[in-house]
Amino acid sequence: MATPKSRPRDGYPGRALALILAVTVGLVALMFWTGHKTPRLGIDLAGGTSITLTAKSEDKAAINKSNMDVAVGIMGKRVNAFGVSEAEVQTQGNDTIIVNIPNGGDRQAAIDQVGTTAKLYFRPVLALAPTGVKAPTPSATPSATGTGSPSAAPSSSAAAGSGSASPSASASKAGRAVSDALKADPTASASAAASSSAGATPPTAPSAAPSAPSAADMANALTQGTVPPELQQQFAAMDCSAQTQQKDYQTDPGKNSVACSYDKEQGVWYKFALGPVAVSGADVSKAQAYFDTQNGSGWQVQLGFNNTGSTAFASTTGKLATQASPANQFAIVLDGRVVSHPYVSQSIAGGNAVISGSFTQDQAKGLANVLSFGALPLTFEKSDVTTVSPQLGGDQLQAGLVAGAIGMLLVVLYSLVYYRGLGLISIAGLVVSAVLTYAIMSLLGAGIGFALNLPAVCGAIVAIGITADSFIVYFERIRDEVREGAPLRPAVQRAWPRARRTILVSDFVSFLCAAVLYVVSVGKVQGFAFTLGLTTLLDIVVIFLFTKPLITLLARRKFFSEGHPWSGLDPKRLGARPPIRGSRRRSATAAAKEA
Amino acid sequence: MSRFGNLGHRLYQGEVSFDFVGRRKLWYSISGVIVLLAAVGLALGLHLGIEFKGGSVYTVTKPGLTVSQAQDVANKITHDSTALVQSTGKGEVKIQVSSEEKVPASAFIEGLSKDLNVPTQDINAQVIGPSWGHEISQKALLGLVIFMVLVTVYLAIAFEWRMALAALVALIHDLLITIGVYALVGFEVTPGTVIGFLTILGYSLYDTVVVFDTVKENTKGITKQNKQTFSEAANHGLNQTLVRSINTTVVALLPVAALLFIGGGLLGAGTLNDISLALFIGLAAGAYSSICVATPLYAQLKEQTPEMRALAKKVLTRREADAKAAAEAPEDAAAQAVEDEVTAGMVGQRNQPTGRSRSKGRPSGKH
Repeated sequence: MATPKSRPRDGYPGRALALILAVTVGLVALMFWTGHKTPRLGIDLAGGTSITLTAKSEDKAAINKSNMDVAVGIMGKRVNAFGVSEAEVQTQGNDTIIVNIPNGGDRQAAIDQVGTTAKLYFRPVLALAPTGVKAPTPSATPSATGTGSPSAAPSSSAAAGSGSASPSASASKAGRAVSDALKADPTASASAAASSSAGATPPTAPSAAPSAPSAADMANALTQGTVPPELQQQFAAMDCSAQTQQKDYQTDPGKNSVACSYDKEQGVWYKFALGPVAVSGADVSKAQAYFDTQNGSGWQVQLGFNNTGSTAFASTTGKLATQASPANQFAIVLDGRVVSHPYVSQSIAGGNAVISGSFTQDQAKGLANVLSFGALPLTFEKSDVTTVSPQLGGDQLQAGLVAGAIGMLLVVLYSLVYYRGLGLISIAGLVVSAVLTYAIMSLLGAGIGFALNLPAVCGAIVAIGITADSFIVYFERIRDEVREGAPLRPAVQRAWPRARRTILVSDFVSFLCAAVLYVVSVGKVQGFAFTLGLTTLLDIVVIFLFTKPLITLLARRKFFSEGHPWSGLDPKRLGARPPIRGSRRRSATAAAKEA
Repeated sequence: MSRFGNLGHRLYQGEVSFDFVGRRKLWYSISGVIVLLAAVGLALGLHLGIEFKGGSVYTVTKPGLTVSQAQDVANKITHDSTALVQSTGKGEVKIQVSSEEKVPASAFIEGLSKDLNVPTQDINAQVIGPSWGHEISQKALLGLVIFMVLVTVYLAIAFEWRMALAALVALIHDLLITIGVYALVGFEVTPGTVIGFLTILGYSLYDTVVVFDTVKENTKGITKQNKQTFSEAANHGLNQTLVRSINTTVVALLPVAALLFIGGGLLGAGTLNDISLALFIGLAAGAYSSICVATPLYAQLKEQTPEMRALAKKVLTRREADAKAAAEAPEDAAAQAVEDEVTAGMVGQRNQPTGRSRSKGRPSGKH
């Protein structure tokens, strides 16, 4: 029918159809290829605990994106520290953090801990030792000694400390240098130079004999510095590699305390004996990670204190600088655990300091986040803690799926009964729409962490109606044109601009609703708004690229163009103005009427 | 079904026509009464769910567990009898504790687990902070206001301000009715219900917009003729799109009904039920208001404009002339009447002379 020379009046429907089918197949293939064959399920469908935390602050301006991001980072660490796998922490809206904890791990402890206010202190290090070294394997020894050899002079121990911080270590926070921002050059470059020779084996401490007989003995033998008498028993008994012991031991800020490291350092958990709190984290005015291009010392963390903090920090660093390692280090203690323990080579006055070492970008940012958190004027209130058993989650998912299937079936039946042949087109459209929605949801689960929750399932089911309505609008327009006496092919084309406008205008309203809901709302409402918005967009895609081209193609077929009674476009049944020609058609419809 | 299909045709041609626009007083009265009832219900207060009041809910699923057993255990944990224990009828027992309760959730779950001999994994718990409900309602309200402003501006640009106003009135009408039903029947309002309410926003307007689109098309160039007043033309448009409106509503309600009855039937209470119940009521109200509130109101507003007044006068003059001619020559008049009927619409419009609507001249009615 279509002449190859000029563009046919009803366009090239085949191209649009090919496009959408290619996109659909592509998305489904991508879904299988990436292995994300099902959408990620939210807590209410999979079971688990969902905690909604609302930020509170005296100062409204403090509830901003960067502070919230820092808080999310810290909470993520805390939750994961309880051995909960796949826990996720994310912000929602401008003052809400959602923590989703699937079943498993020490769930209850995580729930209790998350959202409590962080305590950040600077304490001088008195002694430190690796713990939980299971067997005296040779590889454990050099890394253990790397934190600083006791006999060395401050500057050379600095070199040893940084040098051992091999870039491959998961969290090499030991032995950083802290220096005055202004006088940073000598120390910074020294540590930088040392870290550049990271491959070299650091000097082995004499006490770290490879023949250490047991873990405890070895750990105690590796103790550097002097443990104060009142802590000796506790310090000796501690094994920080056991998760149950990784807790906050601090009682009084004015007293000495023991602590575990926040994370492994060169693959080993450390335990510390710490002096009284020298500076409180609340006195940190700012902390940020930056890349030092001038001196080539790589990633550093810049630290600023308020007046109280800078006075305390200057006097503490002054004292520490004169000590031998490890007593020349101070520990940054978050929630009772040592995040980092840089050494000090001179008194740092002026309220500004730089922590340098062979940081990776992530490490520097992580440390800056921790330090900022101490300065964060935010507290969090648990607004909603919902625990769903896997049983209930499964039931809810099943109910949603059954309801969706039945809803879809009812719509399909209705379209078939009312629109007959056209109904088949709307079913095909619904199927394409459903496949696209499913594939996109599955991929978004991996891509942006979209989790399908119950309201989102509801949104998808409600969207069946919106999608079907677009078909109805178009079909009714076509039938209107047929009633005006137009043959089907022109009717399909003439009805399109009018239907298109109606569909666009109404879908815009629906999308606007979804977008506004998504932006201002939190929690469940957001999941719903997301699905509604997504399906509304897909509705437009499907009607433009699938339904319209398909009808155009089918209008070329006799079954539809001649208005077969089962096509849903029977002019007689629609009561079209009597056709001028075509006795054949009249007889066909007369037969149908008797049926 | 064939008769229904035929109806579509007859509606389109104007052979059959329901007078929605002309009977606006009837619709306004009906809506007024419903809205008034809804207002009374609202004054009585909504039955707010735990999410809005704060507190904790623990759901224990154990066959054979009785309410009194659970109550005993709950009392033992809280050391008083403030816990509210209910059976949901599916072997589930729900224990509600107020937000003043100092026993932490973890302790409560452990206590229940130990004394009722149920694994902690099988206890569903929800603990809500006392200000959370206030916050979500505030956010929902904020969303509502932002959406209303945006959509009114959009409709005013895409159509005209009268349509925007009429659509807004219809929207508020739908929301009031839905919330009123909740208040009167005493359904529990949960965040799920709020989602339902908010969806009604989009859906109600969606439907109104589709109807308005046809009305707009039908009344294009209306001042160039003298057979139809604006209201009549609007009513004709409404009738033309009536089949679509019914189909749309049916198609939208079918999945929601499936959610409501199947989801509810399988699960008892829950988010699915909450959302779908609000949607079901809201969608039904939305379909009604698009046809019986928004369009008549729009026609009424439009009839106030000088052009439409002039048109109505022209139509009236012509009809009087026709009537006079009919009195003089009955045969001709009969033919004329038939012609009128086919082009202009229907019997109802006759009963509803355009002058009447103009002379009332009231603004938007009862809201």
